[in-house]
Amino acid sequence: MKIRVNGQARDVEDGVTVKGLLAALDIKPQGIAIDINREIVPKSRFEETLIKEDDVIEIVRMTGGG
Amino acid sequence: MEEALKIGKRVFKSRLMVGTGKYPTNEIMKKALDASGAEVVTVAVRRVNLDRTRASMLDHIDTKKFTLLPNTAGCYTAADAIRTAMLAREALETEFVKLEVLGDEKTLFPDNEALLESARVLVKEGFSVLPYTNDDPIMARKLEDLGCAAVMPLAAPIGSGLGIRNPHNIRIILETVKVPVIVDAGVGTASDAAVAMELGCHGILMNTGIAGAKDPVGMAKAMRLAVEAGRLAYLSGRIPKKLYASASSPLQGLIE
Repeated sequence: MKIRVNGQARDVEDGVTVKGLLAALDIKPQGIAIDINREIVPKSRFEETLIKEDDVIEIVRMTGGG
Repeated sequence: MEEALKIGKRVFKSRLMVGTGKYPTNEIMKKALDASGAEVVTVAVRRVNLDRTRASMLDHIDTKKFTLLPNTAGCYTAADAIRTAMLAREALETEFVKLEVLGDEKTLFPDNEALLESARVLVKEGFSVLPYTNDDPIMARKLEDLGCAAVMPLAAPIGSGLGIRNPHNIRIILETVKVPVIVDAGVGTASDAAVAMELGCHGILMNTGIAGAKDPVGMAKAMRLAVEAGRLAYLSGRIPKKLYASASSPLQGLIE
């Protein structure tokens, strides 16, 4: 199914969870935050949260800034 | 004699807060942060780069030593600033946020209306909000009334290095609010920092002034000393300014 992650179109397997998506993208869950369709997914729910077709996902972390 | 800086529930010894952007290398940043003596360092929320795995910038910051203050830099609407603050809280498990809502790309001046709107929401959400604001006493009062933990008036535009352009307004802000007043943005060199502290400001947040200097580590130390010197001068009570001379040596006992 097609989703968008950080502005890029991606193709992922049906039934993938947030945890599975992070593993596929090789992103460690520490120090990051995710929102799906502008709704934050708490870290405690990464394992149970399923990603759906056309979901718009933002994965952020901290970078240098003032 | 020096009391600690209290912001919300947090207490700090250092009155210099430092940004983590624009350093030539992470190694220089690390050394500059140490030289500054800062306890609070700001960070920005950005997308994870999916195309290449890069070590996290946080790998270079000792999070046991420094308190991270995430910002909402680059947000131009209240909605984006609120969303960014929420993401930062989730990522860092902190309620601390430097709230920045910009009105214009050229000046990077704050959008007052959006700032008040987002501050109201974030305070209700339990955030400890430190808003980047104009050097406007009325805005400062409104932000304090909303429950912000501090106010952070700009000295001059972000990254401009122009120094304290309106010391009189900063003084009025200091008389107007009870929360800490942290000068944020525009400090270019050590004397600018000293001027802000001599006015009675409770602290200074700076980034470009250090990161953009030829020797960021040297400038970080200079800023630390200037903030300490300025604070001490403020607490010690400067002499009044007079137009004419008054001799320092006794007028009696001069030889004839």
